[in-house]
Amino acid sequence: MDRGAFFIPALVAVSLAAVGASEYLTKPAPPDGKVHVVYWEKWTDFEFTAMKDVVDSFNKSQDKIQVDILSISGIDDKTLMAVSGKMPPDVAGLYGANVTQYADDKAVIPLDDLCKEAGIKEDQYVPAFWDICNTRGHLYALPSCPASVAIHWNTEMFKQAGLDPKKPPKTWGEVFEMAKKITKKDANGHMTVSGFLPAEPGWWSWMWGPLFGGKLWDGKDKITCNDEGHLHAYDWIQSFSKEFGGANLASTKSGFGTFSSPQNGFLAGKLAMEPQGVWMYNFISKFAPDLKWAAAPLPAPDDRPDLGDATIVDLDVLCIPTGAKHPKEGFEFIKYVESQKGMEMLCLGQRKASPLRAVSDDFYKKHPNPFIKLFADMAYSKNAVAVPKLGIWPEYQAEINSMYDEVALMQKTPKEALDDLQKRMQPKLDQYLRRLKERGEN
Amino acid sequence: MTGTLAKKQAWAGLIFASPWFIGFSAFIAYPVLASVYFSFCDYSVLKPPVYVGAENYTDLIHDELFWTTVRNTLVYASMTLPASMLTALILAMLLNAKVKGMAVYRTMFFIPALVPQVSLAILWSWILNGDHGVLNAFIGPIYHLFHKSPPNWMGTPEWSKPAMVLMSVWSVGNAVLIYLASLQDVPTSLIEAAELDGANGWKKTLNVTLPMISPVILFNGIMGIIGTLQVFTGPYIMFPNGQPAHSTYFYTEYLYDNAFKYHKMGYASAMGWILFVMILILTFVSIRLSEKHVHYQGS
Repeated sequence: MDRGAFFIPALVAVSLAAVGASEYLTKPAPPDGKVHVVYWEKWTDFEFTAMKDVVDSFNKSQDKIQVDILSISGIDDKTLMAVSGKMPPDVAGLYGANVTQYADDKAVIPLDDLCKEAGIKEDQYVPAFWDICNTRGHLYALPSCPASVAIHWNTEMFKQAGLDPKKPPKTWGEVFEMAKKITKKDANGHMTVSGFLPAEPGWWSWMWGPLFGGKLWDGKDKITCNDEGHLHAYDWIQSFSKEFGGANLASTKSGFGTFSSPQNGFLAGKLAMEPQGVWMYNFISKFAPDLKWAAAPLPAPDDRPDLGDATIVDLDVLCIPTGAKHPKEGFEFIKYVESQKGMEMLCLGQRKASPLRAVSDDFYKKHPNPFIKLFADMAYSKNAVAVPKLGIWPEYQAEINSMYDEVALMQKTPKEALDDLQKRMQPKLDQYLRRLKERGEN
Repeated sequence: MTGTLAKKQAWAGLIFASPWFIGFSAFIAYPVLASVYFSFCDYSVLKPPVYVGAENYTDLIHDELFWTTVRNTLVYASMTLPASMLTALILAMLLNAKVKGMAVYRTMFFIPALVPQVSLAILWSWILNGDHGVLNAFIGPIYHLFHKSPPNWMGTPEWSKPAMVLMSVWSVGNAVLIYLASLQDVPTSLIEAAELDGANGWKKTLNVTLPMISPVILFNGIMGIIGTLQVFTGPYIMFPNGQPAHSTYFYTEYLYDNAFKYHKMGYASAMGWILFVMILILTFVSIRLSEKHVHYQGS
């Protein structure tokens, strides 16, 4: 047995150890003596740049904390993994829909005390947005960029169909009638131009029930997705399939390109009306600057004028993950974003409205979106709908999407589809709540 | 002295193998064993697991969506497996012919196998697009002759699974390569003997070539079963949420969603073990059924 038998493995082991340690050994200690706050954000492109400007402004405003912002795709999944691996960022830019699920899983910490200390109060915010940040009696997030949704319409296509381009539909029944007038078909029956597609953009299939007066759950322990409002909504959706053909509608939708492209149905002038968020202006100005368009609040059901001036409110939020190394310093940065100066810098950069009640005149003067005031006002609507505060929401939402397909493709009647959904989701909610109770967390 | 040497050699061997042992224990053995335990727990990854007995397994039995994904996966596998095996075998036989420029043809057929799954899914989303897809541009005129529209591959439940099968068949390059290697291993003496006995091309293929490459057919079949039952990337990108109407919602997608979207890691672990048992049984059955039809050289 020669020495090489031990020497070579030993050499390999030492080399591996050296390589492993090299990163640690060579990593320079922050030379500035500042506390470095790691901030993960979902945005890319100009939206990221807008937040980067706020981060730079914060870093310049003081000399104790340095925020290092990082653009992360799939931020919700990655934050989950980072928290479970006990290596989370100090601040995570999650989605409003994540708040309840992450709070229930104790993946984010409550911010009540930190807010109290910093003087951040409910009355400083638009109620709908503040509400999204609260769950189970605690505040788990603070707003970054808010959104409200309006019906966008192509005024030129309205004119061509003999409709008044200045008059948006006031009821969903009018949407259907206008869609019939605008829609054009070729010799094979294929839609070449569409008035309205209920499945476009398809991001909020859950919205139809609440917009027709339904409730997704009773706020306690019952799934109520087969109530009258939902039945009414999905009857209306299926009326499109009966009129134009379910497969035809699906085919037309699949013919549109991706949302962020000139082939987007609305941007390409192939779709006349679409519910879209405040961000739509950004894509119109980028891909179809000559498009003639306007925006108005979402319509009401024909028999429920009291549900008019509706909108969907959604929110991007800032949270402090459980196990963050610098929660206080992270919150200092959040506090800066929540100031009127920080928030307006961010929302103007992203061309959105502000979630704060106090908005400077300058903000609206500088804002390029001609309908920004409409989007800001809609968030105050009594008929604004938001995702329900349910820990099982991601699963519920996925099931709603599938149920929507069943109705749109006429595989089931709305009643059958909604009853089936109710039957599937109720046991899941029961189990979720029971397990929370068994852990003493509900 | 000899004993000492043997001991030293044993230590040296262990030291050399230790990186693998450590890696295997930390990254494979422990997670596998832990997942057995988690499958009996309410576990979200973020909070400590709580033992719930066999609840995850009994819930799965009553979970309609679980059975939908099982059905979708088995239907997809039963369509894809024969289609891709047959395509790969026919291509391999064609590429085994002695024709000028064969190296170029072989490379052309193998290249799709090198395309990353994500790129492949995006590429096929466009090929299969109902309105502007290349495929419908070719077959559309035939449908239009009968005043019909070509299939909406990605928008209707009837066509979404065949669309997935088409995509899978396109990337059979790896299987072709394995068949090709085994075809080149078929002894020419046997072929020549069959020729002397008056066998034509078809009989030579049926009675000499196929029996000689039967172990490789079995290998590709088993790998195909494992691969198709675990299909994930393509449908996850091409058909988000198993659209339309859960027709492309496959087993591993539901498993992934439970683990990472719904934070039900215990439930997902139970699904993982059920899939393992399913694959184990199917592999065992394939081997048993093939015993009489697979011929090993030298046996």
